[in-house]
Amino acid sequence: MQEDYINIILADDDADDRMFFTDAFEELKITTKVKTFNDGVELMDYLHTDDAVFPNVLFLDLNMPRKSGLECLTEIKQSDKFNDMAIAIYSTSASEEDIEKTFVMGANIYIKKPNDFKTLKKVLQEVITINWQYHTNGLNKDNFLLRL
Amino acid sequence: MKLHLKFDFNALCRKVLDDKLKEHGIKHKILGFGEIELLEKLSDERLEKLSNELNEYCIEIVENQKSILVQKIKDAITNMVFNSDTNVNLKASAYLADTLGHSYGYLSNLFSEVTYTSIENFIIIQKIEYTKQLIINENLSLTEIAFKLNYSSVAHLSTQFKNTTGITPSSFQRIITKRRELIQNQTN
Repeated sequence: MQEDYINIILADDDADDRMFFTDAFEELKITTKVKTFNDGVELMDYLHTDDAVFPNVLFLDLNMPRKSGLECLTEIKQSDKFNDMAIAIYSTSASEEDIEKTFVMGANIYIKKPNDFKTLKKVLQEVITINWQYHTNGLNKDNFLLRL
Repeated sequence: MKLHLKFDFNALCRKVLDDKLKEHGIKHKILGFGEIELLEKLSDERLEKLSNELNEYCIEIVENQKSILVQKIKDAITNMVFNSDTNVNLKASAYLADTLGHSYGYLSNLFSEVTYTSIENFIIIQKIEYTKQLIINENLSLTEIAFKLNYSSVAHLSTQFKNTTGITPSSFQRIITKRRELIQNQTN
């Protein structure tokens, strides 16, 4: 028995990026429920509430005021209750150093923010498809690394 | 003495479902028309327990025939990939059609419809997963793995790894090693 939709959360302080992201998901074939937060503090506050619905994939912008994506990642990796979530870093930076650092810290996916909507849709489609395979086939999440 | 009863079957069913799901502590929404949305993931064990208890009320969880066949396809592929040293040069399409007793065209269409990916893609994902395991757990070289998984060359495997994951096999190995060190340092 499978759920027929995927829960997604994005934390990003840029309103335009949040909007593109939500729009892109609406156009994908797979049904998704997307929730967005304006920064890391809002996100972590929500994830720590009792009735929080954990997303299948959490997208984190690296540069956010108050609490950065890296701080969120560290906090999330310290708690076992978040183990089922795949973490995607969604950033304008494509420095090899950032990429390797976040993977080592436990991120599963690294996406350089695409410049156009069409590429964004393609990239998100790919993330969701592969994540869906991990999710529905019991593949080992510890080995799940994807860079786009 | 006789009592005359009036039933509201719809409400009755809802009440039974709601009570049972609450009893199991499962967050849910009853959608009506024989559908419930579970707001959390259930382990197979919990699902089976729930299913058994619902059966006592003659409520049955219907499994989709298509999903069952797709699961069989997946199992066959996993089996094929993870035992590739014994199934030398067997074509995947012929193997699946033989094992499952349907034409490959039918299986292929059904698979794409249900899983949002193709059989070919799924085989690649599984092969790369197996490669990852062999790199990390058995310390095999890429040359050994390419041979074991029937790749025509190391370059082919290496390219497929990079195309599928976005990183090279050696970066993959480096990242996982560093990650393990980090976790070890944190627990020490």
